[in-house]
Amino acid sequence: MYTQTEIIKDTTGIGSEGELVINVGPQHPATHGVLHLVITLNGETIKKIEPHLGYIHRSIEKMCESLNYRQFIYVTSRMDYLSAHINNQACALCVEKGMQIEVPDRAKVIRVLMAELTRIASHELWLGAMAMDLGAFTPFFYTFRERELITDIMEETCGARLTMNYMTPGGVTFDLHEDFQKKVKQFVIQFKEKVTEFEDLVTNNVIFRNRTEGVGIISPADAISYGCSGPVARASGVVSDLRKIAPYDAYDRVEFEEVLDTRGDSFARYIVRVKEMMQSIRIIEQLIDNIPEGDFQAKTKAVLKLPKGEFYSRVETARGELGVYIVSEGGTTPYRIKFRSPGFSNLSALDHMASGSKIGDLMATMGTLDLVIPDIDR
Amino acid sequence: MFSLESITRSIHHWLYGNMTPTLALLSECVIIILLAIALFAALGLVLVLMERKVAAHIQIRLGPNRVGPGGMLQTAADTLKLILKEGLVPDKADKFLFNLAPFLVMMVAMLLLAPIAFAKGFQIWDINIGVLYVSAISSLSVIGVLMAGWASNNKYSLLGAMRSGAQIVSYELSAGLSILTIVVLTGSLQLSEIVASQENGWWLFKGHIPAIISFVIFIIAVTAETNRAPFDLAEAESELTAGFHTEYSGMRFALFFLAEYINIFIVCGIGATLFLGGWMPLHIGHWEGFNHIMDYIPSSVWFFGKTFFLIFLIMWFRWTFPRLRIDQLLNLEWKYLLPISMFNLILVTVIAILGWHF
Repeated sequence: MYTQTEIIKDTTGIGSEGELVINVGPQHPATHGVLHLVITLNGETIKKIEPHLGYIHRSIEKMCESLNYRQFIYVTSRMDYLSAHINNQACALCVEKGMQIEVPDRAKVIRVLMAELTRIASHELWLGAMAMDLGAFTPFFYTFRERELITDIMEETCGARLTMNYMTPGGVTFDLHEDFQKKVKQFVIQFKEKVTEFEDLVTNNVIFRNRTEGVGIISPADAISYGCSGPVARASGVVSDLRKIAPYDAYDRVEFEEVLDTRGDSFARYIVRVKEMMQSIRIIEQLIDNIPEGDFQAKTKAVLKLPKGEFYSRVETARGELGVYIVSEGGTTPYRIKFRSPGFSNLSALDHMASGSKIGDLMATMGTLDLVIPDIDR
Repeated sequence: MFSLESITRSIHHWLYGNMTPTLALLSECVIIILLAIALFAALGLVLVLMERKVAAHIQIRLGPNRVGPGGMLQTAADTLKLILKEGLVPDKADKFLFNLAPFLVMMVAMLLLAPIAFAKGFQIWDINIGVLYVSAISSLSVIGVLMAGWASNNKYSLLGAMRSGAQIVSYELSAGLSILTIVVLTGSLQLSEIVASQENGWWLFKGHIPAIISFVIFIIAVTAETNRAPFDLAEAESELTAGFHTEYSGMRFALFFLAEYINIFIVCGIGATLFLGGWMPLHIGHWEGFNHIMDYIPSSVWFFGKTFFLIFLIMWFRWTFPRLRIDQLLNLEWKYLLPISMFNLILVTVIAILGWHF
């Protein structure tokens, strides 16, 4: 039996003496959203990190159950808002798989181009935000300069700058804007020219390297057991690029390398993302002059009906593996939808990666996980 | 050569000629206090605007350009907003210490103004232990920061204050040691004499490599002492939201903010006085013509030019580097800067004894 004072002691949540419990978030400059971390500190050293979720839960999975197979895709742009195109693509692929729709070549290539542009834009934003977490404000403006060009390209073709709804089952909603090729080529030239600025400002900076090298290490075995994917897993040497393992759309006809690193620390995750941007540029360069002529959308029925059964598709977003799992009863709306979001699994490894390090290291580790909170909560 | 010395001297003579000595001294005090407050206000406005413009230039954007011509009145508008804002005091804060802390920080900044020679003959208090006074008083600002962090009853503030305590106390050492090298070379603690000793060349150039080393260490140490990035761990926005002044708002926050900029000005002023010759014009050896032209530039322009150059340098750091981690910060001081500056001091002593400097 507890005496009354002991019970009170337990409910305060403060453990043994010398521990300090801090709430990082839900409003905090480093969490980039409404993530809530309860951190137990011993001085400056972190003993335990406990992520609390649910502040931006909009029950997207439940909403999708009442929307038909054309409508539900639009909601998914609001999950991982930095890879809106790739979310849509995953859903479209899943529906196409269920209905066995043959997507025209042109649409496939357009999808890959858009997905890679999105990946670059997402990594650019991440780069700026992570540098900001480490206390350097300036890289943010430099990365946004290039990201702005991509959002302009998106705006012309898709009509939106952030939550794009462009990919539908059977292809894409509209054809490309006539300036698309010209503008993408301009962007590629500018990006290649300016990428050295990040190298000067961030990669080769002594303080930056000291802050990230050897920080937040995760071994390949742990990365697999926590379900990490995307650049987080690849920085630990886990082969996990779905564009290579299970090519979808037009990824089987382009040449690119899966970027791997074996160090598993924050700096490796940084390097993997920077190199991934260069690989995305490589893919874009291969496809931009070879967009096949033809339809941009397959001819589909006005009302889509998935046959009874379970369907799963997975794609590589900027953050890792996004899985879409649809259970259909044969009607016009899904019976159940489940999204496997990359951010959720990556966040679960945070305690393992950052426990025992300093508060500053937590920001360096969390920054390189590239968390998008609406993607984790959905 | 235009000089403020004649103005100050004529005021001094006029006051002592027309009043009793006590009254004259008192009225001089009043004039100086008014001038100091005016300088503080002007510096606050200029430095904040300068920081924003420098940051904007480095970050490929324009910076404030809406309020007044070229955004000149932006800081005035911000100050007005801060004055009108409610100054909240947290519920369980130590109210007395919480209110006292910003004034203490501000007071330290004001006291440091005393021994600085702004121009030829334009110095509030030419104390004979000027250098000692500066290093002694500048250590006091940590008390205000600790007080603010402790009294706020906020865990972020507490962490920020503790970081700041460790940081300022550590970096005080190498700042002091690098100042000492100039004292050894000059043989005087009086700031006016240190300036006078640089008539034929600044210590940065006269003292060979050791002077350059101590100048670099001085700049690093004062950047840390004034809590500026990359050493802004006490504030560390992405880690501790705002560190020791998390709970401060309104005018109390403005005082912390202003004190930061005044402190930058003062440490840069001292740096300019010790290493760059204070108000002394740039003289090169026996180039009589060149030296003569340089003499035509007023001494106040020289002093403020040098000081603002150093301020620009410190702002440049802030907008280029990421922040250090607390253990790296202390490692840098205790494992690198302190041993180097100690060795450097010995080297300078040898140079001074053997008379190897120019």
